[in-house]
Amino acid sequence: MDNPLVFFSKGLIPVILLIVILSGLTARRNLYEDFTEGAKDGIRTAVKILPTLAGLMIGVGILRASGFLDFLTDGLSFLTEKIGFPSQLVPMVVVKMFSSSAATGLLLDVYSQYGTDSRIGTTASLIMSSTETIFYTMSIYFMSVKIKKTRWTLAGALTASLAGVAASTWLGMAGG
Amino acid sequence: MLNYLWAFMIIIGIVYGAFTGNLNRVTDAALESASQAVTLCITMAGAMAFWVGMMRIAENAGLLQAAQRRLRPILAFLFPDIPKDHPANQAIAANCISNIFGLGWAATPAGLEAMKYLQTLNRQTPERASNSMCTFLVLNISSLQLIPVNIIAYRSQYGSVDPASILGMAVVATSVSTGAGILFSKIMCLTGRRKHG
Repeated sequence: MDNPLVFFSKGLIPVILLIVILSGLTARRNLYEDFTEGAKDGIRTAVKILPTLAGLMIGVGILRASGFLDFLTDGLSFLTEKIGFPSQLVPMVVVKMFSSSAATGLLLDVYSQYGTDSRIGTTASLIMSSTETIFYTMSIYFMSVKIKKTRWTLAGALTASLAGVAASTWLGMAGG
Repeated sequence: MLNYLWAFMIIIGIVYGAFTGNLNRVTDAALESASQAVTLCITMAGAMAFWVGMMRIAENAGLLQAAQRRLRPILAFLFPDIPKDHPANQAIAANCISNIFGLGWAATPAGLEAMKYLQTLNRQTPERASNSMCTFLVLNISSLQLIPVNIIAYRSQYGSVDPASILGMAVVATSVSTGAGILFSKIMCLTGRRKHG
């Protein structure tokens, strides 16, 4: 028997699919048409983000090839070692606060450098899954209603992100 | 924001590469990364077609709306300042459900609508965020996404043996970040209330 988290991981998506299909059938919908409509939107979204992703992957690729990312992680390692956080992930965590797609570029770099299933790769996956871009989200949402004083939003956002990063590191670095 | 970040990445890369003698690799890396992005986009298009297609069935079958109704009692706890039948509840619920099921881009329009409603309920000066707004933003930034479809797709593209194996841990990590966000927001709302009477 797998441990509960692994069991959950294996079963979650299939169970959701089953529920979705059954509810589509009971609602007597034309589900295949619904699926293809949604699929069309999904593909459109993926194509729409290609230019952004290409630009940022080029940026990360250049940084990696120049040796700067290694320089940065080596320089940071004495700081992060003490708290048990992998210095290789510092650039990604910092960038994630500002831009999700730029952080994705760095995540993919982590995957190709250290492997998706390594401890670092797993931790990176978890961090990306459990945090959101702080400054981008705040500026879009608050600007839309002309709020200038954001009070404790930033402090709360940082608290939540820090908790997410800590939990990810604990889970990811322990298993791997 | 992205302008500076991106320009900074390229400039630093070229300058640092010139100093360390890695400049010849910079061009290669740029071209190689660009073609990697295209390969990745093809994988992503497949994953997104699959997931958004399935979620469209769920939406049309009324599943997402049912999930939104389930969320109401939780929202009543998180946003005590919003009247029970106010349309802000609906917008916030739609935003949260989209986020939870990994439809992040579909969440933003509902989120902005929610902000508009929250602004009409704002008892601070119109330039100051209300408690509800702060809570809503912290909730959004704490990442509600339970199923990180995009991360799973990236992992499969980059050769993971079991791309979805992170799901269980991801749910735990997301719950921790969201829990911390909610706790923080509740404390701030309560202490604020005491101070202002």
